[in-house]
Amino acid sequence: MEYFLQQLVNGVTLGAVYGLIAIGYSMVYGIIGMINFAHGDIFMIGAFHALIVFLILGAVGISWLPLALLIVLIVGILLTSLYGWSVERIAYRPLRSSPRLAPLISAIGASIFLQNYVQLAQGARPKPLSQMVSGGITLMESDAGFAARVSYIQIVIVLLTLALMAVFTWLIKGTALGRAQRACEQDRKMAALLGVDVDRTISLTFVIGASLAAVAGLMFTLYYGVIDFFIGFVAGIKAFTAAVLGGIGSLPGAMLGGLLIGLIEAFWSGYFSVEYKDVASFGVLVLVLIFRPTGLLGRPEIEKV
Amino acid sequence: MTPLLTVEHLTMRFGGLVAVDDVSFTAEQSQITSIIGPNGAGKTTMFNCLTGFYQPTTGQLTLAGERGDFLLERLDGHRIVRDAGVARTFQNIRLFTGMSVLENLMVAQHTEQMRASGWSMKGLLGLPSYRRAEEEAVHLARSWLDRINLTDKADWPAGALAYGDQRRLEIARAMCTKPVLLCLDEPAAGLNHTESHELNDLLRWIKEIHGIGILLIEHDMSVVMGISDKIVVLDYGKKIAEGTPAEIRDDPRVIKAYLGEPEEEDLPDIVAADLDLDPGAR
Repeated sequence: MEYFLQQLVNGVTLGAVYGLIAIGYSMVYGIIGMINFAHGDIFMIGAFHALIVFLILGAVGISWLPLALLIVLIVGILLTSLYGWSVERIAYRPLRSSPRLAPLISAIGASIFLQNYVQLAQGARPKPLSQMVSGGITLMESDAGFAARVSYIQIVIVLLTLALMAVFTWLIKGTALGRAQRACEQDRKMAALLGVDVDRTISLTFVIGASLAAVAGLMFTLYYGVIDFFIGFVAGIKAFTAAVLGGIGSLPGAMLGGLLIGLIEAFWSGYFSVEYKDVASFGVLVLVLIFRPTGLLGRPEIEKV
Repeated sequence: MTPLLTVEHLTMRFGGLVAVDDVSFTAEQSQITSIIGPNGAGKTTMFNCLTGFYQPTTGQLTLAGERGDFLLERLDGHRIVRDAGVARTFQNIRLFTGMSVLENLMVAQHTEQMRASGWSMKGLLGLPSYRRAEEEAVHLARSWLDRINLTDKADWPAGALAYGDQRRLEIARAMCTKPVLLCLDEPAAGLNHTESHELNDLLRWIKEIHGIGILLIEHDMSVVMGISDKIVVLDYGKKIAEGTPAEIRDDPRVIKAYLGEPEEEDLPDIVAADLDLDPGAR
């Protein structure tokens, strides 16, 4: 029971990180119908921003954790969304009217560029961050001495994710920006005819996706304490799997998919083998694609006539 | 006084096909200008040139509204409505079917709202100016829902509305962009008699209360003759007549374009026989 509980806690934490990245994939897919293959690397850039800002704050002596976290969050979001904006500007916008394959290739190019850029700028070796948040709460302890614990950092991650998702849901449902995004999703040309600046709306979509990825990067850095230039690839693919599992284009789907992938990974690692945890999550992707191609919460594609 | 819209020598070519051929006319403020013509006469193509869908091959489209003078062929996408103030509806309705009726009207007020709400950032920070902008947008949307009798269906998905309601909603949505020129592409298509009567009232009301120019493409002659101040007739891309409804009704070129030449003597015998046998059909 304790063991199960522990895996549950780990899975939910992991799922929160995946969910935040998955939203970025899903939103971009919703509005331009394409996968942003550079999104995983935006997440990696976000993790590096978090690390760098933490180190700078440590150097200048700001050590009160809530303040440091807030500064890292704000600076990280601002810098990372700049990267998200640039990816759209450079890899997508010039190819807006090209065949769909062209922006796909340019996005992969952007992904490779970002990886190499970080590798050159920061070096290829993994970068450690000393543990910022330690301690936790023991939930349950068995007679054999195994304790199910939830660490403070896990609590921070889950709470931050919940708060962000609430803000984000409100943004999409209740603001002019969210309405414009949904309108562009349905009929870009018509939205333009009603005065919606479609290019700017698409840019903002990338920016929002990137800022959520920045938060995910921050969480990853805090949780694992080690990052390198390649983390964006695997995390990106996992989050993409989550987005497809939940139904690509659907935002609640992305959150749900992230949670499920996180849980699958945690339980598989806990009960079977850690080495094969990726097989488990991608196996689920294969099953979903075979039996429910639209994902769990996705709408079936209706051909427009 | 300069006309609201001046179309000068507008030509639109698609390869060898000349869809609109050297058409010039003007449309005035507070007037309904109808564009009629048989199928394929180039009416919708002209609308597409006016609203930035097509880049005209030659010609100049000048809009001289209260917001200043604009060359419509130089503007693209959202600028046409945001800067110049030209709104349009479509022959096949293009509502955002997945969004609610109210939201459809709110999207049309996007420009003002984004400006007032600081790109929604003020809302994120909880500033009161955001809520005010939102309330004003809802207020305008509600007043239009009242006008088109859809208040009780404000939260329905737009796709679930009846056909006639969708038509009126599309006009209301175009009006929510606060245009100076409203282009309507066959708003009466598919409406029954009562509904098209209501449409006449609505268009007349818009013209009188809002004082904007309306450009109307329509096949339903009871609508066209009933509410137009001026009619422009196109045939095979060329303008063949222009004038008041009374002038157009009696214009021999228009009658010819719609009904063909009166040359019954030359009809093949079998057709002539048919026509004789069934005089009631004519």
